Amino acid sequence: MKTFVGIDLGSTTTKAVVLDEEGAVLGRGITNSRSNYDLAAEVARTEAFVSARFSLLRAGVERAAGPAALDRLLRAFRLEQRLVQWARLRQWIEASAPRAAPASLQSALAATLEELFARLVAEEEERFRGDEAADRSDFFRDAAGSAYARVAQEIADPRGVTCDLLIGLYDHSIIAVENEPLDLGFPNHIRAALARCEGAPGVAEAAQAAASADLEIAASVGTGYGRARLPFPKEQIRSEILCHGLGAHAMFPATRTVLDIGGQDTKAIQVDGDGLVTSFQMNDRCAAGCGRYLGYIADEMNMGLHELGPLALESRAPVRINSTCTVFAGAELRERLSLGERREDILAGLHRAVILRAMSLVARSGGIADEFTFTGGVAKNPAAVLALRNLVAENYGERRINISADSIYTGALGAALFARRAA
Amino acid sequence: MTEIAKDRSMEIQKEMLADHYRRLEDAPKSGEPVVYTFVPGNLNELVRSFDALPVFPEINALQSAMRGKSAGYIATAEKAGHSEDVCSYVKCDVGMARSGNVGPTGTRLPRPDLLLLSYTGCYTFMKWFELLREEYDCPVVFVQVPYQGDGSITPGHRAYVARQIRETVIPALERLTGKPYDEGRLRESLARSARAEEDLVAVFESAMRRPSPIDAYFGAVYYVGPIFSAFRGTEEGAEYYRTLREEVEERARQGLGPSTPSGVLTRQKYRLVVEGPPNWTHFRDFWKLFSDEGAVVVASTYSKVGGTYDFGFRHDMEDPLGTLADYCGGCYTNIDLPGRVRMLADYVERYSADGFVIHSVKSCNSFSAGQLTILREVEKRTGVPGAFFESDLVDPRYFSPANLKNRLESYLQMIEARRGAAAR
Ligand code: SF4
Repeated sequence: MKTFVGIDLGSTTTKAVVLDEEGAVLGRGITNSRSNYDLAAEVARTEAFVSARFSLLRAGVERAAGPAALDRLLRAFRLEQRLVQWARLRQWIEASAPRAAPASLQSALAATLEELFARLVAEEEERFRGDEAADRSDFFRDAAGSAYARVAQEIADPRGVTCDLLIGLYDHSIIAVENEPLDLGFPNHIRAALARCEGAPGVAEAAQAAASADLEIAASVGTGYGRARLPFPKEQIRSEILCHGLGAHAMFPATRTVLDIGGQDTKAIQVDGDGLVTSFQMNDRCAAGCGRYLGYIADEMNMGLHELGPLALESRAPVRINSTCTVFAGAELRERLSLGERREDILAGLHRAVILRAMSLVARSGGIADEFTFTGGVAKNPAAVLALRNLVAENYGERRINISADSIYTGALGAALFARRAA
Repeated sequence: MTEIAKDRSMEIQKEMLADHYRRLEDAPKSGEPVVYTFVPGNLNELVRSFDALPVFPEINALQSAMRGKSAGYIATAEKAGHSEDVCSYVKCDVGMARSGNVGPTGTRLPRPDLLLLSYTGCYTFMKWFELLREEYDCPVVFVQVPYQGDGSITPGHRAYVARQIRETVIPALERLTGKPYDEGRLRESLARSARAEEDLVAVFESAMRRPSPIDAYFGAVYYVGPIFSAFRGTEEGAEYYRTLREEVEERARQGLGPSTPSGVLTRQKYRLVVEGPPNWTHFRDFWKLFSDEGAVVVASTYSKVGGTYDFGFRHDMEDPLGTLADYCGGCYTNIDLPGRVRMLADYVERYSADGFVIHSVKSCNSFSAGQLTILREVEKRTGVPGAFFESDLVDPRYFSPANLKNRLESYLQMIEARRGAAAR
C-alpha cells in the first residue's frame, strides 16, 4: 500500500503522521526533538509506522480476541521497545564506568549497576503484568530518568558508589542513547510481544499480516522549526503555517481561523474553505505569548508544566498580570507571592496574559471567524483554554472552538496531506 | 558586457560619494560652509546654489549600519542617556558625533555651520537638531511643512512654505555664505533635477516588464541615493541618472534581471511590492532572503521618501520657490494614510505584483503608525495577500534572521499554494 508521510520537526517534539492512499490517518508517532534532527525525524517516523501497523492489525485482533487483547499486545510491544532501550543504556553506562570511577571502586560499581538494571527491568515487567496503563505519554528519556534516579537513590552507598556517580553516568549516557539509531520498529519486536501474550487464535495471524503488509512511502513532506535541517529536497519542505492551516482544515473542515501556541512561537492563521492559508501572523520580537512562557513560570514555581493549568482552574479571583515579558512575569510572580496572593489566582492571571498576547496576533491576522481551532501544546492546558474561551466570547461573541485530542499532530498531518497532493 | 555596464553606475556613484566626503573633510580648510539637513523635503538645489555643502545625518547613520558600526554608536548614545526607544537613526548619529565624527567612508565630517530643517513631518527630526544644536552651538532654520491631511498640497500650504523659504531660509543662507541669492543658478539646477527625475522614473517603471531588470527596493536604495541627497540638481547627478537609465534599458533589452546577492535574478518567481524602510544592519542578508526565493521587488514606497516622482512631480525651473515648497510637502511620509493605501494598491496593480510586504521598523513612527490598517486595506482593495515583517533601521538587536526567513518562506509558499489553487 502506498503511504504518505508528514514530519513536523518542532523545537521540543518531533511528530510524524502516516496517511493511507485515501488520505486517512494510518499512524502517528512522536518523540522529543534532539540535536540530531535526522534521528528525531527517523524515530518519529518509525513510531508512526508502528502505530500504522497496529491500526492494520486492530480489526483482526479485536475480532479474534477482543479489545483487551489488542491493548495487551500493544503494551507488550512497548515493553519490548523499552527493554531494548534499557539494554542499550546499560551498555553505554558500563562502557563509561571505567573512566567515571577509580579502579578501587570498579567491582562495587559493576555490582551496583547489575542490581540497578535488574530492578529497573523487573519494574517494567511488573508493570506489564500488573495491567498498568500501557502507554505512558512520557518519552524514554523522562520516564527512564525518574525511575533510574529513584532506584539509584535506594541502592547508592554514600561511602562507595554514590548516587552522584550513578546519576552522572546516566546523564552522560542517555544523550548517547538518544543520539543513535535504535531498532524499535514493528517487525523486530512484534514476535517477542506476541510471545508475551497468551495467543488467542487469530491474533498471531493478524499480527503477521500487519508485519508483512507492504507500506511503501510514496512521498514525504517536512515542516516545523527545524525543517530546513531535514534531509529532504527543498520541494518537500513546507512552512509550518501552511501545514497547520491544512492540518486543522482536515480535522475540522469548517475551520476558518487557527491559533497555534507552541513552545517557541505563536501563529494566528486564516484559512479558506480548502484549507489554504489566506493570511497569518506570528510573534516576532518577543516570546511572551508562547508556551515557553508557561514553562518558565512552571520552573519559577517549581511545578511540572502540566500541573499549572489544573491549579489555575481553582482560582476564584484571578490576578491581573501587567507584564507580558517572560522574565518580568517571573519577577511579578515572586512579588505577588510575597504579598500573599494565592498561587492559583496568580497562575490564572498568567494564563490570561499569555492568551491576551496571542489574541492580539489573532486580531492582526484578521480576527476570529467561525469555526476557530486551537492547536499546539498550550491547547492541552485547561486554564489556557478557559482564558481563550472567555476572551473569544468577549471580543468576538459566539464562536465554535475546536480542540482536537490529536492537535499536537496538526502540522505533521498537514505536511502528510501536502505529500499526498504532490504525489 | 552587462556586468561592466552595471558596474559603471555603481562605480560612478562610489566616486561621487568619496569625492563629496573628501570635500566635506576639507571644508574646515577650504572654508566651504556646511549645512546639515535631512533627506525628506531637502532643499539641496538651493543649498548648493550658495556653494554650501550638505550633510545628511540619516544617510551617515544608515551607511554606518551597513558597515557594521551602528551597534557601537547606539551603545555610545545610550550610555549618554538616550533611551532604547529613541529612533535608532538619531542614536547612531549622536554616537558617531561622540566618537570623533568619522563618516562612513572613513573621513572626518565637519561641524555644521547651519542646521536646516526643511521637513517637520517627523518630530524626531526637530529633536534631533535640537541635540545637534546643543552639541555644536550653531544656528537652526526651521521650515514648518503642513501635513497632507486631506490628501494633497493645497495652494495655501504651498504659499506658506514658499514664504518661509523666501523669508527665512534664503536670508539665513545669505548670511552664512556672504553671497546673494542667485535665482538664475537655482533655475539651472532645478532643470537638471527634473532631467534626473525623468530618468529615475523610467528606471522605476522598467520594473513593469517581466523579468524586471531592477529590484525596486533593495536595488533602488542605490538608485535613489544621489537624487535624495547631495547630488540632486548637480551635473554629476544628472549624468549619473543618464548612465543608470541606459544601463537598465540595456538590461531590459537583454531580458536580464537585476544583480542580487543570489546572482543575476532573471528567473523571477514572485513579484512583490514593499512598504517601509529596509533594515540596514543586515541589508544584504535581508535582500538575500528574498532573492534566494526568486522574489524580486517591483515597486516600493521607501524609494519615494525623497519624492514621489512617479506620480508626476518634477522640479519646475519656472517656479523655483513654489516647486521647492511642493517638494518639501511631497515626500512619502507626508502623505496621509488613504494616500499611502492608494499608492500601494496602485503599485500592486500597475506592476502586476503577486504580493506586498510591509517591513515595519521599530524606530520610525512616521512609517510604522497605521501600517496594519494599510495592510488590511490594500488586501481588501487588490485581493492580493500582504505580509508583515518587523525589525529596525540601524539597531542590529531587532533583526532576527530565523524569524524573518520563516515568515517570508511561509508567505511565499502561501502565494504559491493560492496560485496552484487558482490554476486548478
Ligand atoms: S522617526 Fe522615522 S522619519 Fe523620524 S528621524 Fe527616525 S527614521 Fe526618520
